[in-house]
Amino acid sequence: MPLASHIHLFSSDGGSRHGNDGVPPSGGGKASAVISNKILVCKMKKILLGDEAYAQGVLDAGLSGCYAYPGTPSTEIMEYVQNSKLAAERNIHREWSSNEKTAMEEALGVSYAGKRAIVCMKHVGLNVAGDGFVNSAVTGTNGGLLVTVADDPSMHSSQNEQDSRFYAQFAMIPCIEPSSQQECYDLAKYAFELSEKNEIPVLIRLTTRLSHSRSNIETADAPSDMNALHAPSNPRRFVLLPAIAKSNVKKLCEKQADFAKLSEESPFNKLTDGADTSLGIVATGIAYNYVMEAFGGNCPYPILKISQYPLPKKQLSTLLNECDKIMVVEEGAPFVESQLRGPLEDPRIMGRLTGHLPRTGELNPYLVAKAFNLKVAEPPAIPDLVKVRPPRLCDGCPHVSTYNALKEAIGKFADPRVFGDIGCYTLGALPPFQAISSCVDMGASVTMAKGAADAGIHPSVAVIGDSTFTHSGMTGILDAVWENANITVMILDNGTTGMTGGQTSIGAGRLETICVGLGVNPDHVKVITPLPQKHAENVETITAELQYEGLSVIVARRECIQTLRRKK
Amino acid sequence: MKKDIILAGVGGQGILTIATIIAQTALKAGLNVRQPEVHGMSQRGGAVEAHLRLSSGQIFSDLIAPGTADLIISVEPMEALRHLDSLSPTGIIISNAKPIINIPDYPEVEKIIAAIEAIKGSKVIDADKIAADLGNPRSMNIVLLGAAAPFLGFDPSLLEATIASLFERKGQAVVDANLKAFHAVI
Repeated sequence: MPLASHIHLFSSDGGSRHGNDGVPPSGGGKASAVISNKILVCKMKKILLGDEAYAQGVLDAGLSGCYAYPGTPSTEIMEYVQNSKLAAERNIHREWSSNEKTAMEEALGVSYAGKRAIVCMKHVGLNVAGDGFVNSAVTGTNGGLLVTVADDPSMHSSQNEQDSRFYAQFAMIPCIEPSSQQECYDLAKYAFELSEKNEIPVLIRLTTRLSHSRSNIETADAPSDMNALHAPSNPRRFVLLPAIAKSNVKKLCEKQADFAKLSEESPFNKLTDGADTSLGIVATGIAYNYVMEAFGGNCPYPILKISQYPLPKKQLSTLLNECDKIMVVEEGAPFVESQLRGPLEDPRIMGRLTGHLPRTGELNPYLVAKAFNLKVAEPPAIPDLVKVRPPRLCDGCPHVSTYNALKEAIGKFADPRVFGDIGCYTLGALPPFQAISSCVDMGASVTMAKGAADAGIHPSVAVIGDSTFTHSGMTGILDAVWENANITVMILDNGTTGMTGGQTSIGAGRLETICVGLGVNPDHVKVITPLPQKHAENVETITAELQYEGLSVIVARRECIQTLRRKK
Repeated sequence: MKKDIILAGVGGQGILTIATIIAQTALKAGLNVRQPEVHGMSQRGGAVEAHLRLSSGQIFSDLIAPGTADLIISVEPMEALRHLDSLSPTGIIISNAKPIINIPDYPEVEKIIAAIEAIKGSKVIDADKIAADLGNPRSMNIVLLGAAAPFLGFDPSLLEATIASLFERKGQAVVDANLKAFHAVI
């Protein structure tokens, strides 16, 4: 055996162990490592982000396709797969999609063909993918399908803190919420098998402090083989005509008891006894870690760790019968707590809804220890000397020149409104620009500007980035073309998906062609170069289009300063 | 052995390089590691932080509880004080002296440095100047890592091999320059 316990440096080299550590074995000297075309690789330690540990897990579990649209805190899953040597050797699909809906449906197509797929997104991306997601539970799956959603409690980089466990419950599918990076790795094979045995997609719920925290993990064994192409059982089940859908929905309902039983038998759910039954604890996902931290690893109360849903009834019933009161600790919404409390608000159940824990925001060891009235270190005060240092547009960012020109141009009108969108340019809402009035969801700049114009606002301007435009802006343009809406759409084309660190932007560089193709009058599709020396010219172009009564598109094109620097 | 470390700075200053070197070395030393970090929105010239937990035993929480950190390593002085609520009563700060002034109301630097030095055992070093004097201004964070090395809870010389492998791809001259930076204030 060529390998003993092995330590890897620099985990960012995704999947390197497969490339560097004996795969594929070419020399006769390594032939002993090959048994039935599988390579034996001993356990090895790596330091990986939760996102990366999950990515390594699905790669080792025989993944055939990864589909995603970038979104914090989920982006690193696809990036890890893209950097993986195993993914390259196996030609695993690993290109970004236009948005979460297209990604979801592409992954469902892979599953239809009998192969294993994941689709990854941030929590609000699941709203975009919602139609395909909910209906994928009705069609069922063929190859394993893991819908991987990274939630962002406390909204570090998000517009809301919706909890994806509600979506899993809504679609009536199992959900797995790992509590550690090791579980992120370990769950992959289990979840694919769960998906295939039950012909059901499985929702994998990650949260920011797991997705974006590194830990040493152990990866074991050789990667599993990928599935061969094979037709689904009863292929008609993918045709959701009413007659078929009715039968499928009925079957989905019938599976619910099986899913509950699987949760009771899951290796990821664990009921641990405690001597003091005056209190019982339910802790989900990473909240379990905060509870264990608070009690220094020795929890005196019975505790049920939940990482697989629907709720494991057997263990819950034991806990509720044994204990006088129950504290529910969850990273996210009071999802379990509200189910246990019920509509009659059972006073034995405590948690976020009773003020023992904050109603919103992510948890931490301090908040959790306080909930149990444990003695905790009181944090020293931060001196008044410390001032807020908000994020800002980078020095040399093209958006700075665009906002400077736009601000001057709209300043010539009595009551202009600028509707913003999701990306670095959302920072235009902060000083020194304070240039945008809204930031709601991907694509909403175009459609809100149109609605505001419909209502009588002029000038009504949309500001949207290139990647956001191809994600969800184009359909809004079709509405505006149809009615020749009196709006000006500024597409800030920096050639990349900048906010999440510079991923592929599918339409960058050809947005004016796309707009003309959508039906925008070519006379009112302009391209400007956002540079300080072009300021006067750009103000003039923008002013003229603001004055034009009808739909105009102005593409402000200059490369993101960050991606440009990386090339040098 | 257990060390809870906060790393702080401004987006783009390279705190994750320091975190990576310490974490990889701790792994080699047989320790468990947790390292939550900030990605996304906050990276754009704003305040950034990473937590780094090292332990010979099991680590449960990724986040360090307020009031319990053993060490704050900051590449910017005001950012060191931003995390004072994390520091334990016996904890110390190792901070760079050079301010990044990208906000209109940045306080007087002397007052900030005095506040850091008032915490027993803490050190403020001009890592930018030391790195520049050594002829390699980009090694500022490695100078600071050297200053913090004696407080990490394992043999500081173990860090050298990690630094060498991190910069290996860039050639021996870059490796040597960074090792020199590491030893500047250790």
